[in-house]
Amino acid sequence: MQKFANPALFLKLANALLPWVWLITLLFFGFGLYGALITSPADYQQGETVRIMYVHVPAAWMAMFVYGFMAFLSAMALIFRHPLADAAAKTAAPLGAVFCFLSLATGSLWGKPMWGTWWVWDARRTSMFVLMLLYLGYIAIWRSIDDPHRAASLARIVAIVGALNLPIIKFSVEWWNTLHQPASVFKMGGPTIDSSMLWPLFFMALAYTFLFVALHLHALRAEIASRKQRQARLAAIRTS
Amino acid sequence: MWKDLVLEAKSLACERGGRTIFRELNFAVKSGEAVELRGPNGAGKSSLLRLIAGLNRAAEGALTLGGATHEIAELSHYIGHQEAIKPALSVRENLDFWSHFMGGNTQNALVPFKLERLADDEAALLSEGQRRRLALSRLIAVKRPIWLLDEPTVGLDVTALDDLRKVMQSHLNSGGLIIAATHATLGLAKISTLAIGTTH
Amino acid sequence: MGQSLKALLAREVLLARKQGGGLGAALSFLLAVIVLVPLAVGPDLALLSRLAAGLMWLALLLAVLLTADRMFQQDLDDGSLDLLTMGALPFELITLTKAIAHWLMVSLPLALIAPPLALMMNLDVASLPVLWLSMITGSLALSLLASIGGAITAGLRRGGLLVSILILPLYVPVLIFGVSATTLMMGPQTATPSLLILLAITLLSLVVAPLASAAALRTYLR
Repeated sequence: MQKFANPALFLKLANALLPWVWLITLLFFGFGLYGALITSPADYQQGETVRIMYVHVPAAWMAMFVYGFMAFLSAMALIFRHPLADAAAKTAAPLGAVFCFLSLATGSLWGKPMWGTWWVWDARRTSMFVLMLLYLGYIAIWRSIDDPHRAASLARIVAIVGALNLPIIKFSVEWWNTLHQPASVFKMGGPTIDSSMLWPLFFMALAYTFLFVALHLHALRAEIASRKQRQARLAAIRTS
Repeated sequence: MWKDLVLEAKSLACERGGRTIFRELNFAVKSGEAVELRGPNGAGKSSLLRLIAGLNRAAEGALTLGGATHEIAELSHYIGHQEAIKPALSVRENLDFWSHFMGGNTQNALVPFKLERLADDEAALLSEGQRRRLALSRLIAVKRPIWLLDEPTVGLDVTALDDLRKVMQSHLNSGGLIIAATHATLGLAKISTLAIGTTH
Repeated sequence: MGQSLKALLAREVLLARKQGGGLGAALSFLLAVIVLVPLAVGPDLALLSRLAAGLMWLALLLAVLLTADRMFQQDLDDGSLDLLTMGALPFELITLTKAIAHWLMVSLPLALIAPPLALMMNLDVASLPVLWLSMITGSLALSLLASIGGAITAGLRRGGLLVSILILPLYVPVLIFGVSATTLMMGPQTATPSLLILLAITLLSLVVAPLASAAALRTYLR
């Protein structure tokens, strides 16, 4: 019970910040989508479908950022034993997995009109798919182990080992890709990104980030509540 | 054989699964002394034994061993509910492994619990009582001063209980320490009691 | 210390011989794959020849994965793991020794047997030595990475599937560089860069795997 002394502070902070975070999220989405759908130009090659980039690229960035965040939190939990760190990593994972899935799905939607297929095994797409597996493995640990403390200890290891391997996996997949497709033709977003495309992308990235923060705070709040409930239940059972 | 060992605990606290099992535990055990752990089920007797064995870490407090330079775990034996016996190996092969791994010899280890005739039989064929006797024979095969015993009398018949008593007394006479969680009486001279979980 | 290591290794080998370390099951799996693949893609020899090295590697790593969940399970269940931590050896050395024992009794034999079997899928005979070399080099990494999964799931009832999800992403680099050693031989470049990278991955695993496995097993001992 004593280990949860901190959440009171966190909950106060979260409750105070959330409305603002949502507001900022909506503002950034407003600017970003306006720029993405209205003011930015269509691509001379791809036409209007290039606009999916504004949904796809930030999603990919978030998928990778959230995993790094998760691994960082796990390392913090391992070194400093901060009780909230494990809960924060646990609740971040499903969000990161959704961003990952979004990146893969929008990538397919983007690719279909251009290449005629729903899936292409290029380096980035393949790495993103493996990242999806890493997310699923992490989430599976939490779900397979009943004791939350044991689950937390094991999940930390999974996250850290996964993060260590991620650069190696990316490198190996890129290498594999150059082996099998020596003429590497396509680069997402075109040969260069014009500045008129950059700022909506930037706003969308910020919007996604704040969206993650908002959703994460919500999820963490719910996780803390459910843990308190579990502990109360355990205490009641043990003393009866 | 061992002299002047003092195992001391100060304000020891143990946690499992986020729950505090016991706090502010103090005790001292010297060479030649035995301590009986008493307390209700779930009070933390097993947890304390596992803590001393180094399998769990103390949440608070300190555990020190005076009179020795090695880690407490390296100088301890832990006999818990499980027997650590490989069914595919023979009785002798089982003991041989532990004596090679931890330093000791199985030469006379089969004698105290009367396992000589079973030495080359597969451990899978042993009865429950024989398995317990094999597990306890580890105490003889590898010489370590601190014995951490969790319910050592369970599964033993009258003869084996007597053998255990003799073995334990001989260990105390050589300067060893024994900390045992037990519901039965061990029948040793000079044994003190440590109550866990009744006052906290 | 050296005596403890030898004792542990000797016991692992003895146990593998007496109660089966999983080599039998893994080997049967390998054979099953060799039968099923041509049935699935057709007996076109040219096609099989292109696929042989990759498919053999895939079969190898899946077969190793099959035996991963039992690596620490028995020792955890019968209380041996508790005692293994109380010796003079650091726990990380113990998990390393167990992984190496697994390599000696499972992965290495499989790596030796698999390449000749690949001939049944019309593998180009000239690439046989390189396939052997790459599989032997990679087999230690396979065992080490599998030990991480085995340690994490050691106390779970049905850890087998979870082990696969956890370890397959880690196997991706090993698979890529293992196979490319063979395919590259058929092209202008040599297999050496791939083999060297494979070696580097193995060395990295030698450091990371025992640490991660020991940390995972400690959570079960508490």
